Amino acid sequence: MSEQTLRQWLLSETPTSRRHARAAAFYKGWLSFRGNSMAMIGLGILIALLLIAAFAPLLSPYDPFVQDLGNRLKPLGTEGHILGTDSLGRDILSRLIHGSRITLYIVALVALIAPVAGLLIGTVAGFAGGWTDTILMRITDIFLAFPRLVLALAFVAALGAGIENAVLAISLTAWPPYARIARAETLTIRASDYISAIRLQGAGPLRIITKHIWPLCISSLIVRVTLDMAGIILAAAGLGFLGLGAQPPSPEWGAMISEGRRFILDHWWVATMPGLAIFTVSLAFNLLGDGLRDVLDPKDAGK
Amino acid sequence: MGSLRTLTSIAVTMLGLLFVTFIIGRVMPIDPVLAIVGERASQSTYDATYEALGLDKPLIVQFFIYVGDVLRGDFGISTLNSRPVSEDILRVFPATLELATLGVVFGVVLGVPLGVVAAVKRGTWIDQIARVVALIGYSMPIFWLGLIGLLIFYGILGWVGGPGRLDIFYVDIVPTITGMILVDAAIDGNWDVFRNAFSHLILPASLLGYYSLAYISRMTRSFMLEQLSAEYVTTARVKGMSEWDVVWRHAFRNIRVQLITVIALSYAGLLEGSVLTEIIFSWPGIGSYITTALLSADMNAVLGGTVVVGLIFILLNIFSDLLYKVFDPRAK
Repeated sequence: MSEQTLRQWLLSETPTSRRHARAAAFYKGWLSFRGNSMAMIGLGILIALLLIAAFAPLLSPYDPFVQDLGNRLKPLGTEGHILGTDSLGRDILSRLIHGSRITLYIVALVALIAPVAGLLIGTVAGFAGGWTDTILMRITDIFLAFPRLVLALAFVAALGAGIENAVLAISLTAWPPYARIARAETLTIRASDYISAIRLQGAGPLRIITKHIWPLCISSLIVRVTLDMAGIILAAAGLGFLGLGAQPPSPEWGAMISEGRRFILDHWWVATMPGLAIFTVSLAFNLLGDGLRDVLDPKDAGK
Repeated sequence: MGSLRTLTSIAVTMLGLLFVTFIIGRVMPIDPVLAIVGERASQSTYDATYEALGLDKPLIVQFFIYVGDVLRGDFGISTLNSRPVSEDILRVFPATLELATLGVVFGVVLGVPLGVVAAVKRGTWIDQIARVVALIGYSMPIFWLGLIGLLIFYGILGWVGGPGRLDIFYVDIVPTITGMILVDAAIDGNWDVFRNAFSHLILPASLLGYYSLAYISRMTRSFMLEQLSAEYVTTARVKGMSEWDVVWRHAFRNIRVQLITVIALSYAGLLEGSVLTEIIFSWPGIGSYITTALLSADMNAVLGGTVVVGLIFILLNIFSDLLYKVFDPRAK
C-alpha cells in the first residue's frame, strides 16, 4: 500500500471493519492534534524527556553522585561543567539528567494509582446508585474539600519521608476529581439504549462496567490526568523541597532547589537550573493537556 | 429544609476531616507516650501517661474524645515547646491571613480586568498574553519563583525587604493588636514600621497574587465569553449601546456571582499555597508552623495546623456555594 492510499484508507468515510473505524478516528484525532503547534511543542518536550531518562547513563557526562570538592560551586559554562557544579562539586547537568528518571517515576506512579482508584469508585457509585452512591460520593466530597498540599504533608509526616510515601500521599489527595468525572460519565451512559440492549442479552454488572462503561470514561480521564500532571510534578517537587520526598543525595529536582537555596544570593545557578527543569516539564504537560482536550473533548475547547 | 441539609453537609465534611487527621495521628510511627515521658521513664510512669492520654480506650471512643477536644479548641500540647497548640496557631495565623489577603487583592485587581479584556478582544495579542501569563502561572514551582524573586528584587536590586516580616530594628515597636503588622502599624500611626512591613510583604504577596491572577483571569475570561455570545448582548449592540456599557453594565453584571465563587476558592487555595511561600520568605505563619513541627515530629502541632487550614478551606468552599444560592435565583 503506498502512502497516498494509506492516507485515503484512513480518511475513508465508510469504514469496512471495527479496526478500520478505530484507526480512522485515531488518525483524524492526530491530524487535528498536529495542527496545534503548542501541543506539539509539549509533546516534543515530553518525548525528549523520555529519551533523556532512558539513556541517562549514556548522556550524562559525570556520575551524579561523585563529589569533587576541589571543583565546588563552579559557575555556568565552566570547562567540562556546562551548567556548573553544586556545593559538593557534583555536575549539575548530570544530576538534572538523572533526576528526570525520578520525575517520570513519580508521575507514572501517581498517574497509575489516582485515576484507577477514581475510575473504580466513580463507576461503581454511578452504576450502583442508591446508598452506595450516596456514601461513596460523600467520601469523595470530603476529600475534595480538603486542602491538598497540607493533607499530603500530614500523610507524609505519618508515613515517613521518601519517594514512595510522597507518591502515596499525592495519590490519596488526587483521586476525587477522577471519581467525580467517572461517575458523571457513568450516569449518562447507564441510561442509554445500548446498555439496555446488552443487559437484555444477559450481561452482568461486571461485564457492563468493564467492557462498556470504562472504555467511554477513558478519554475524559486522560485529558484530566494530563492537565493534572503539572500539578503533580509541582506537588512532588514541593515535597522534595521541604525534605519530605526524595532524600539526599538523590538528584530529585525539588531537593536540588532546596540544597541550592542556601547559596541563592552568591551562586544563583545551583537552585535556578533544577527549577527551570521543573518549569519546562510541567509547562509541556500543560500544553499537551490543552491540545488533547481540544481533540478528545471538543465541547470544552477554547475555555 | 435547605439550611438543615447544608448544616448536615458541613458537619459531615468536618467530621470526615477530623477522622482523617485522627487516623493520621494513629498510624504515626512515633509513640505519643514516649514523646512525652522520654525513654528513661519507668513502666509505671509510662502506664499512667498511657491512661491519661486515653489510649487504653477503644478507638471509636478515642475518636469522639478527639472531636470533643477539637470542638473546644483544644489541639493538645506541642511536644516541641510544651505550649498549647491552639495558642501557637492563634499567634501565627494573622501573619498568613495578612499575606493571603493581600495576595488575593492583587489577584482580583489585576486578574479580573485582564480576563474581561482577554474575552472582549478574543484572539488578539492581549488574549495571547493573558493566556501565556496564566500558563506560566500554572507551570512554575512557587517556591522556585520565590527564590528567584528574592535573588533579583532583594539580592541584586535591593528594592524590597528580605525574608521575615520586619527588619530587626523595627521588631516589637508597635503593640500587637490584630497580629497583622500593617494593620497594627496603621492603628499605632507608626508609618515607618508600616513602610518597612510593606516592603517585606510586597514580594511574597505579589507572588501569591500572581498565582491567583492566573486562575482568576482564566475563569473570568471563560465566564465573559459565555455572556458575550448570549442573545441579549447582540440585542444591546443592535440597540446602539456603547461597547463599554455592553461589557460592563450587561455582561459583567451577570458574572459577578460566579466570580465571587472563584475568588473565594482562590482565597482558600492561597491560604494553603502560602505553605511553600512562607518557607522561602521565613514568614512566621501557619505554613511555616506546620512544616517546622513536621520536621521535628511534633504531631499535635502538625495535626492541629492541618485541622485549622482544613476547616477554613471547607468553610470558604461552603460559603461560596451559599453565596451562589443566595444571589443566583436559578440555583434555588
